[in-house]
Amino acid sequence: MPLTFLAAILISLTVFGFYLGRSRALALAGGRIANLHSLPGFYGWYVAIWCGLPALLVFAGWIAFEDTVVRNLVVAGLPEQLRSLPQDQLGLVISDIRNMAFGNIPPDQADAALRPAVDHYVSLRRTAHVALGVLVICIGIIGLFWGRSRIAPDFRARNRVEQVAGIILVVASVIAVLTTVGIVLSLIFEAMRFFAAVSPLDFLFGTVWSPQTAIRADQVGSSGAFGAVPLFTGTLLIATIAMLVAVPVGLMAAVYMAEYAGPKLRAWAKPALEILAGIPTVVYGFFAALTVAPLVRRAGESVGLEVASQSALAAGLVMGIMIIPFVSSLSDDVINAVPQSLRDGSYGLGATQSETIKKVILPAALPGIAASIILAFSRALGETMIVVMAAGLAANLTANPLAAVTTVTVHIASLLVGDQEFDSPKTLAAFALGLVLFAVTLGLNIVALRIVKKYREQYD
Amino acid sequence: MTDLAVSAPTASDRPAIGPGIHMTERAAKRLKARYAAERRFRLIGLSAILFSLLALVLLLGNIVSNGFTAFRQTHIRLNVEFSAQHIAPAGTTDFNTIMQGNYGGIILAALQERFPEVQSRGERRRLQALISAGAEPQLARMVAENPALIGTRAEVWLPASSDIDMFVKEQVDTKAPEEERRVKDNQVRWIDALKADGDLELQFNTRFFTGADSREPELVGILGGVVGSIYTLLVCLAVSFPLGIMAAIYLEEFAPKNRFTEIIEVNINNLAAVPSIVYGLLGLAVFIGFFGLPRSAPFVGGLVLALMSLPVIIIAARAALRAVPPSIRHAALGVGASPLQAVMHHVLPLAMPGILTGTIIAMAHALGETAPLLMIGMVAFIVDIPATPVDAATVLPVQIFMWADSPERGFVEKTSAAIIVLLVFLLLMNLTAILLRKKFERRW
Repeated sequence: MPLTFLAAILISLTVFGFYLGRSRALALAGGRIANLHSLPGFYGWYVAIWCGLPALLVFAGWIAFEDTVVRNLVVAGLPEQLRSLPQDQLGLVISDIRNMAFGNIPPDQADAALRPAVDHYVSLRRTAHVALGVLVICIGIIGLFWGRSRIAPDFRARNRVEQVAGIILVVASVIAVLTTVGIVLSLIFEAMRFFAAVSPLDFLFGTVWSPQTAIRADQVGSSGAFGAVPLFTGTLLIATIAMLVAVPVGLMAAVYMAEYAGPKLRAWAKPALEILAGIPTVVYGFFAALTVAPLVRRAGESVGLEVASQSALAAGLVMGIMIIPFVSSLSDDVINAVPQSLRDGSYGLGATQSETIKKVILPAALPGIAASIILAFSRALGETMIVVMAAGLAANLTANPLAAVTTVTVHIASLLVGDQEFDSPKTLAAFALGLVLFAVTLGLNIVALRIVKKYREQYD
Repeated sequence: MTDLAVSAPTASDRPAIGPGIHMTERAAKRLKARYAAERRFRLIGLSAILFSLLALVLLLGNIVSNGFTAFRQTHIRLNVEFSAQHIAPAGTTDFNTIMQGNYGGIILAALQERFPEVQSRGERRRLQALISAGAEPQLARMVAENPALIGTRAEVWLPASSDIDMFVKEQVDTKAPEEERRVKDNQVRWIDALKADGDLELQFNTRFFTGADSREPELVGILGGVVGSIYTLLVCLAVSFPLGIMAAIYLEEFAPKNRFTEIIEVNINNLAAVPSIVYGLLGLAVFIGFFGLPRSAPFVGGLVLALMSLPVIIIAARAALRAVPPSIRHAALGVGASPLQAVMHHVLPLAMPGILTGTIIAMAHALGETAPLLMIGMVAFIVDIPATPVDAATVLPVQIFMWADSPERGFVEKTSAAIIVLLVFLLLMNLTAILLRKKFERRW
């Protein structure tokens, strides 16, 4: 692969720059390091940065945009009747060209009409890679000599290097913000395209969800319905069942662990709960689908209830088990943060331990506990694998926990896995659902942080 | 106040003070109720913990009991004749001819030799169904490696088909009436005969650890998923570890307190709570849609998981940096180090064990993550073991998801076994983190 080769050249050039700068500084100092402003290593770093950084930036920028540019050039060179194709078919043609260029399609099956375009594509890519290689190595060498020429005994190499390092540190922390911006922009951008086809009101308040769009215009039920209310209620139903399991169990476990348990039990039970939190969700999903769902079904049938084989109850129960450690570990921290003096005061008035917990500790810890419950709820809303494997796809509008329901995350996953034309409302709907999910979980998170901030008791 | 004793009302004209009020029958009852409530509360707390532990034990026990059988696979020994007329009827023995030979015919001939009483067509088909479809390529490879085999006979262990495997392991109801069983009566007879001669054995399932995905449950392997997972994690680590440390150093050591850094901090805390599937949407829209990176590649998966692990690593690294006492920084600054030198030479090395612990835990989380990788197309049926991080691949959890979706009975134990392998990896990672913490933990 020539690109990795190029990267290797660039790296060795940079390493060479480091040693060049250092030895140059040492030579200028005449053997006495004290003659230099900075340690010799900093001169090395200085040259290395000049050599590597600009070249690296050009390299990265080129890689990021090469594909788009080459694609546009190839499209511009296509014959007229191909260029006038609609976007999605053009995309197919391009991917054909690409596959032919990489030899993924055997030559005897290839479309001869595309041959010139493939040659064009191959030659463009080759030119691009050669140009990139020459450019990057030139920039590296120029930087190398420029950096080396700046070296003098009183040159403040350390300050320069630390300046660059400081900038790199800031850039690293801005990546987190960029991630958020990326999430928001990509969700909003794709969701806007969806809302251009489906009205936002229909989406948010419609009660029929059937995202099949027709391939032919005369097909029955061709319109497709994107009323997401059944998904929202399904998500809420399953998350509520999960919370009904997780909150009492998690909270009581945290209380017992913090107030009653001896060190021995704590030493065992705490890691066990952490294991519960560390098990991948796909494992819970498998457990729910294979073991719990049939169990729930059989239990329901034995008392004469009709239970769907992918009931909300089974998914909710298993999700609840998954959420227990979130509730318990967060609540445990909050309960431990309640100062001992409050307990002692309560015991001094003659309260029993449980009365102290119920009347003093839990009220004092309430904001933190509420926040932990909200966070756990937001996690339950966003959980995907358990519901994908155990909840199924039927978008029923029901509050019956024994019926099959589906969730927002299930449909995000199922709409985007499989066929992938990128501009039908069907796939874009996933982004609209994602936007709703993101907005709701973000809102819950902010509310939780607010509660903690506003109602936190300051004891010291 | 000397007349206090005189003026005090007598015990008879007011309710008892002192011991009395707590000694009445009602008080005793109340106390009993309070103690009972105390015991009840305690019991509820204990049962909450026991419930969680029970759930854990049930979950793990269920997986292990379903999965451990998959590590052994039913094999059948046949005396195979590599007859030239089946393999190379034209007499040429180049690679292509050998690979296209009629190995089904060879196996059938060997089976019929073993059970000469089988005559009818239906019975012959059932006889053939004993052996897995994977036996033919296995024989082909044997001959391709050693063309001298042609025309000779050899004893070969071949994998049994999944139905037979399930039957031998008694994972299906072996006592059900014949029409409800996938393994018919005459097949049972043959199995018993083979078993009696030692020609049918449960052998260690090497294929499971050295192969990739397959449509046949008896032929699947996890190596493809494991290699995909390793590539994905390496990319994830290479991106998120340096970025996370740098961001943490900036925020903890250098950042001024202003609006900009506050936004960054709130942002990081919020990012940690974003559902993982949203990161998948981001990866799909940005990495694949915008930058045109290849679909299904561990490289893209690693990038998505890196963005997901970044906030976790930053939070852990900041906590570790904060735990290094200021005296270290002051001492370094006092002997003339620049702030950056103080951090790089003194604070960071001391915080490293904590940062590594946090990173390993974040990586363990990334290893188990499935949903975002579904979005970027890593949920493909891939029979090759990926050679580079940009080849189409799948990862272990996604492999588990795909097998869990398969209807064949034989996939249940394979899925469980893959889960066992995944959990072992996770356990090892977490154990490393715990040992690291134990070994390097310092109290200042």
